[in-house]
Amino acid sequence: MQLAKSYAISLMGLAGTLIEVEAEISSNLPNFVLVGLPDASLSEAKDRVRAAIHNSGLEMPARRVTINLSPASVPKQGASFDLSIAVAILAANGVVQSEAVASAIHIGELGLDGSIRRVAGVLPSLISAVNAGFKRAIVPMANLEEARLAQGIEVVGAVHLAQVAKIHGAEIEFEPPSVEPIIRVESPRAAQEFNSIDIADVIGQVEAISALTVAAAGGHHLLMVGAPGAGKTMLAERLATLLPDLAHACAIETTAVYSIAGHRLVQNTGVDSLIVRPPFQAPHHTSSVTALVGGGMGSPRPGLISLANHGVLFLDEAPEFQLPALESLRQPLESGEVVINRSGGTARFPAHFQLVLAANPCPCGNNTGKGKRCVCTQGQKLRYAAKLSGPLLDRVDIRLQIQPVSKTQLAMLKAEGHSNKSSKQLREIVTEARARAAARLAGTPWSINAQVPGAYLRKHLKIDDGVGQQLQKALEKGSISMRGFDRCVRLAWTNADLAGRDKPNEEDLAEAILLRGSENPMEFGHA
Amino acid sequence: MHKNQLLGKYGEDRAADYFLNLGYEVIDRNWRCAEGEIDLITFKTGRFVFTEVKTRSGRGYGHPFEAITAQKVQRMRRLVALWCEQREKTGESVLGKKVRLDAISVLVTNGKVAIEHLKQVY
Repeated sequence: MQLAKSYAISLMGLAGTLIEVEAEISSNLPNFVLVGLPDASLSEAKDRVRAAIHNSGLEMPARRVTINLSPASVPKQGASFDLSIAVAILAANGVVQSEAVASAIHIGELGLDGSIRRVAGVLPSLISAVNAGFKRAIVPMANLEEARLAQGIEVVGAVHLAQVAKIHGAEIEFEPPSVEPIIRVESPRAAQEFNSIDIADVIGQVEAISALTVAAAGGHHLLMVGAPGAGKTMLAERLATLLPDLAHACAIETTAVYSIAGHRLVQNTGVDSLIVRPPFQAPHHTSSVTALVGGGMGSPRPGLISLANHGVLFLDEAPEFQLPALESLRQPLESGEVVINRSGGTARFPAHFQLVLAANPCPCGNNTGKGKRCVCTQGQKLRYAAKLSGPLLDRVDIRLQIQPVSKTQLAMLKAEGHSNKSSKQLREIVTEARARAAARLAGTPWSINAQVPGAYLRKHLKIDDGVGQQLQKALEKGSISMRGFDRCVRLAWTNADLAGRDKPNEEDLAEAILLRGSENPMEFGHA
Repeated sequence: MHKNQLLGKYGEDRAADYFLNLGYEVIDRNWRCAEGEIDLITFKTGRFVFTEVKTRSGRGYGHPFEAITAQKVQRMRRLVALWCEQREKTGESVLGKKVRLDAISVLVTNGKVAIEHLKQVY
């Protein structure tokens, strides 16, 4: 009886389970049995592994081979187990050293010719491997750059099964392929910057840009209401450019999500590199709940809100989204993560995103100013506005009305020679303001103003009585709700951070009240 | 005889020699019935051993054992029952005797012969 073991990782969400791959060769007629709850694509590993071993110039034992994936209760998906199965068989057959095989994590899909192919989720797998105490991993060469982001583990990139066998002591000739690896001319960082757009592209819209700056500095969710063509989309796309670079832990987390998604960004410009710029995701309004929060057949994949982790999620034409899709955002907005329950286990994905909603004032979009050109009936308008439910809007601190830039304004701006600050300039201001907020909130679980709950706000971050007099009066009169009060205070703090003040003054508060907008944001222009 | 048939015959001879060397008694060779054929039947210490012999002159078509499919093993099981039935009819009791299914691979390459033996296949 010949036995050997190798190790692989099975992912559920970002969490990985260590899988022991046991191989037994018994003296019986040739057969290949794979047990331990594999899914269809994993069951097909039998044929890939057999062909790969044969075509690597190695020998598949002409006996009964049994592979057991343990723990058997954990469902396992995908082709990333191929390599670990192949090396376990080679070790059981005495072709390679068992100890060498068992001391490393093996991840990779095998081609029939023995080549090792890229798989999704290498980064989170390796993080799990480190936690399980592994010091060495063999990954597909195509995933090497990504794998190197995991700290505390030595990673080896391999292109062919024969190469891995040689690493583990097989007596075999292996010529590295003559193909040169693709050399990136740009640094990945430059590529991420290159794709970005700049807020200086926006003409005019000074108030909107300052509101975006506040949103970026405090991490406040944002609603923009305005006529078609006013520039809502253009502004929202540029919010991400105002956000500072991601902290290392956040960057690793976001990169891991992209890695599992097998995203193009990961493959081309690269989780080859770390994602350091906050991502921007703009799902179309026909998107399903699954597309937004994640799910799918087999192992759940992250949705767009997780791909917007530590970045911006922009819902253009927000009232046109399906109601369930909008409502599905409420829980992640609260907890910063998505939990997808399956019979096989629970997948968790991070979803700390900044929400930007854009809406027309009414279905026809012309209900601005005096609303004379609007052709919508009252019922239509009500239905449209009702799509954005109270609980969802409750979490939106800034409600912004966007007016199109008129010809006269354009001419005036030209005459004045006015131009907006660049994203880089604003990003510096935002970074400073965030640092100020983080210093104030040191010792709490929060780091930006938008995260601070009302109770803490009222207890520790009270606004001076003199400054808050008007707001207090409004609260007492009932023209502003308690929640609205908290929102104003939060925004006032962000304004103070941006201005470099230790405490909000009257001006900060006045601006905050303006940014917060009316209780009913869709009904503007008729006052 | 065709070349492959000659090779098969040669392999079966080698397999019979192999069993004789191990102290087995050869009971029957190439036993046929309507259902099929058993290549080799041997006997030692109260046990009949029914053997399927596969002979190859190279690895081009895979290992000889790979040619013994699950269906082939199934058929062997039925043949074992039929053989025992017939033996009872001829008056020789098989009562109290054990049986085993084996496989022998004979690989002939460059004038060298390699014999592999798998006991108790299923």
